Amino acid sequence: MSEIPGQLKFTRDHEWVREHDDGTVEVGITDHAQTALGDLVFIELPDTGGNFAAHDACCVVESVKAASDVYCPLVGTIVSTNEALIEKPELVNDDPYGEGWLFRLRPDLPGELENLLNDEEYERLLAEDNE
Amino acid sequence: MQHTPLYQAHVDLGARMVDFGGWSMPISYGSQISEHHAVRRSVGVFDVSHMAILDFKGTEVGSFLRRVLANDISKLQNKGQALYSCILREDGGILDDLIVYWLGGEHFRIISNAATCTKDLAWFREVASGTVVEIDQRKDLAMLAVQGPRAREVVAESVSHSEKCLALEPFFSTQVGNYMVARTGYTGEDGFEVILPAKNVCVFWETLLKRGVVPCGLGSRDTLRLEAGLNLYGADMNESVSPLRCGLKWTVAFKGERDFIGRQALRRELKAGLKDKQVGLILNGKGVLRAGYSVRTAFGSGTLTSGSYSPTLGCSIALARVPAQSERACEVEIRDRWHDARIVRPPFVRHGKIEVDMLQGETL
Repeated sequence: MSEIPGQLKFTRDHEWVREHDDGTVEVGITDHAQTALGDLVFIELPDTGGNFAAHDACCVVESVKAASDVYCPLVGTIVSTNEALIEKPELVNDDPYGEGWLFRLRPDLPGELENLLNDEEYERLLAEDNE
Repeated sequence: MQHTPLYQAHVDLGARMVDFGGWSMPISYGSQISEHHAVRRSVGVFDVSHMAILDFKGTEVGSFLRRVLANDISKLQNKGQALYSCILREDGGILDDLIVYWLGGEHFRIISNAATCTKDLAWFREVASGTVVEIDQRKDLAMLAVQGPRAREVVAESVSHSEKCLALEPFFSTQVGNYMVARTGYTGEDGFEVILPAKNVCVFWETLLKRGVVPCGLGSRDTLRLEAGLNLYGADMNESVSPLRCGLKWTVAFKGERDFIGRQALRRELKAGLKDKQVGLILNGKGVLRAGYSVRTAFGSGTLTSGSYSPTLGCSIALARVPAQSERACEVEIRDRWHDARIVRPPFVRHGKIEVDMLQGETL
């Protein structure tokens, strides 16, 4: 059973979003996603300052097996990325909700966050996928 | 979906199961990279019971195999000896690759790929029609590959008549009771492949695991074979490519007048001159090379046929088909950007050691 922290928001593409007090959000991939991908060996981070629409492919996580796109969960601008992943992509496997975060985004549309799934909804999505 | 006798054992170990040519097989039991290192540094075991085990018998089996295989079974001088070969179409395209063992007298055993089993059987039956050759698919047998520097020691502890196993030279096999033990594999490490009755495989698997052998999935099998520079059927070779264009010329036995299927086409191809060749690539920077990516060299363009991350080298490697004159350096396109790579002669790794031989001014 994969871990799903309660205080985060989730997308149907298995990204998580953490809201910060300064109005930015931190984005990563879920425990379920990192397990499914297997050992990560390379992360192509987005450029800081890049502007993305929701569902735009903005980042690539590569496991030994395959390359997978990470989609931008909200409309916004990239304000920073997790440079530690350049040398240690395995942080995403080891700590997907903490040290394995991917990027920080300043959302353009306040309130868009509410459209994302909460932990219970995400858990239900995983249960349905399993069927 | 087909299951090997070890299916439940894999699920119980928490393996991630994937569809592999119609078989539900373990891709990894946790970390694919740890499984890879276990084989390079110690010992791992793979369930390869999905592979086709075909027995050939009959008075005309020798002439049949000399016709259907691109390599020549007359090289098999000793009982138990093994030979790697392709089977070709008349036009030289590769139908499959396989290992053939001479089990003595008029009895040979072929191990070929799971995904191509139906096609292979149909081809063998067509070529054998009208001759005295009996083909038997041994669904009653299972197969484990025990690979790594400690593999021989561990297998010897786990079978009777261990002295017979320890005495085996590479590419030889022996029969120990109803187990066939072969010093073969697909990892670039020393090791054994054990073919045994399906009803015994779960107990043998448990015995190996109790001795500290690491269960390894097909994910690590792929990165191990890629580092070892071994082709994968369906990726580095297929029906549209001849062995001459994918680094397998050494497996084609032209010697003498033996009329094997595909010979005339390969002769014509050689006479016309080969336009491309298979090479190894090492990506200079970060990123991961993948099958299908484009390559450009000073002599024209090419394609990656396999690519992944190499746990032993700590960077990305690939097999590629490039223009015949290519040497030293090339560029690979990853998501619309060109990245520098080195051209090398495979293998990348053998027996736990990195072997990188930069290709300069020569053809393979």
